[in-house]
Amino acid sequence: MPTPAQAIRHEYLRHNKKFPHVWCPGCGNGIVMGALLRAIHHLELSKDEVVLTSGIGCSGRMPTYLDFNTLHTTHGRALTFATGVKLANPALNVVAIMGDGDATAIGGNHFIHAARRNLNLTAIIINNSIYGMTGGQYSPTTPFGAISTTSVYGHIEHAFSIAELAVTAGASFVARSTVYHADLIDRLIEQAMQKRGFAVVEVISNCHVQYGRRNKLGGAVDMLKQFKEQAVTVSRAEKLSPEELEGKTTIGVLVDRELPVSTEEYKKVRRRAHESGDKV
Amino acid sequence: MGKATKKSEPVTDTKDKTPSSRKKKYFDVSFYHDWCKSCGICMAFCPQKIIGTDSKGRPVIEDADRCVGCRFCEIHCPDFAITVSDRKPKRRINDV
Ligand SMILES: Cc1ncc(C[n+]2csc(CCOP(=O)(O)OP(=O)(O)O)c2C)c(N)n1
Ligand code: SF4
Ligand code: SF4
Ligand code: SF4
Repeated sequence: MPTPAQAIRHEYLRHNKKFPHVWCPGCGNGIVMGALLRAIHHLELSKDEVVLTSGIGCSGRMPTYLDFNTLHTTHGRALTFATGVKLANPALNVVAIMGDGDATAIGGNHFIHAARRNLNLTAIIINNSIYGMTGGQYSPTTPFGAISTTSVYGHIEHAFSIAELAVTAGASFVARSTVYHADLIDRLIEQAMQKRGFAVVEVISNCHVQYGRRNKLGGAVDMLKQFKEQAVTVSRAEKLSPEELEGKTTIGVLVDRELPVSTEEYKKVRRRAHESGDKV
Repeated sequence: MGKATKKSEPVTDTKDKTPSSRKKKYFDVSFYHDWCKSCGICMAFCPQKIIGTDSKGRPVIEDADRCVGCRFCEIHCPDFAITVSDRKPKRRINDV
């Protein structure tokens, strides 16, 4: 009997691609990829009913390594392609995998409107606070004061929270984890893929090469230790004051609610139009 | 429709509750060095501190008997280079 790790490697990786993968040693993208595969494996989905879409970025490379129906698309458009796939065939399980720049800078508009429409999709956002692939420019989640190649004397803008943005925009399910909490990522992705409605999983990840190093946060191991120390669970965060939550990362399910889902409403509105007898 | 529904709940509690099951369980940990990038994550976070490095900085198991099978190393390896498996009972020499 193969172990679960062996089964995942054999079944879901595209062995005609070059391994080890392209990511830097210790990059959190690989940890998220493992969690995604364990979640799909645990849900016993057939590979044919899963569609992975991504944009451009280090994180965007993920679907190219994975043996599902995959679309490696243009920067910021993982969700647009995912929307098209879902509308064409609502029976498919569609997951968009994005970086923070991909999802919230160039793709920010698509992201908030996908959440507002509450499409029946899953969005995984690997938030490493930087544009990794292009050499470390600041992204919408780069903290105030941080050093990047486009903020060499300290960043003068403020970061926003991806998860809170998704909640405000109307997503049915919003959750957060960090790459240190890998088993939590498995569970959150599993819940998100089962959720009726737009489901967002934000994973705080390490780009020690483009972000950690410049900001004196150390390497992959150091950054994972920081994620461990900074994390507070949702239930514990409820008992803390805003001052105490400063510099902390809340992990777990932030929102899980039942809302009308546009992919289902679309079917209903077509029926209503048909039954009205109007000649349109 | 179109999102996952759990088809069957896998048996999670496989632990045998009989007294003999309290006997220590052993695990084997193997590294696929062709994929490992020596990132240091497995060595740093193993709760038993049994993953050391060889002269090239690659991970090696120093004392497999002390592995508790937590799989922290396996699920945190970004390169799918670790396998933790239940140790199979060794055959006795004349047990053919
Ligand atoms: C239309 C367009 N604009 C800009 C780029 C250049 N570009 C490639 S990846 C990237 C940002 C990647 O950052 P992020 O989405 O955070 O992903 P990461 O690499 O950190 O995983 C940019 C700006 C592009 N490929 N296409
Ligand atoms: S540049 Fe950063 S995000 Fe890209 S592979 Fe390297 S560590 Fe990962
Ligand atoms: S975590 Fe994986 S890639 Fe990193 S040193 Fe250990 S085996 Fe190698
Ligand atoms: S399974 Fe746990 S105890 Fe065993 S080597 Fe890996 S991290 Fe260490």
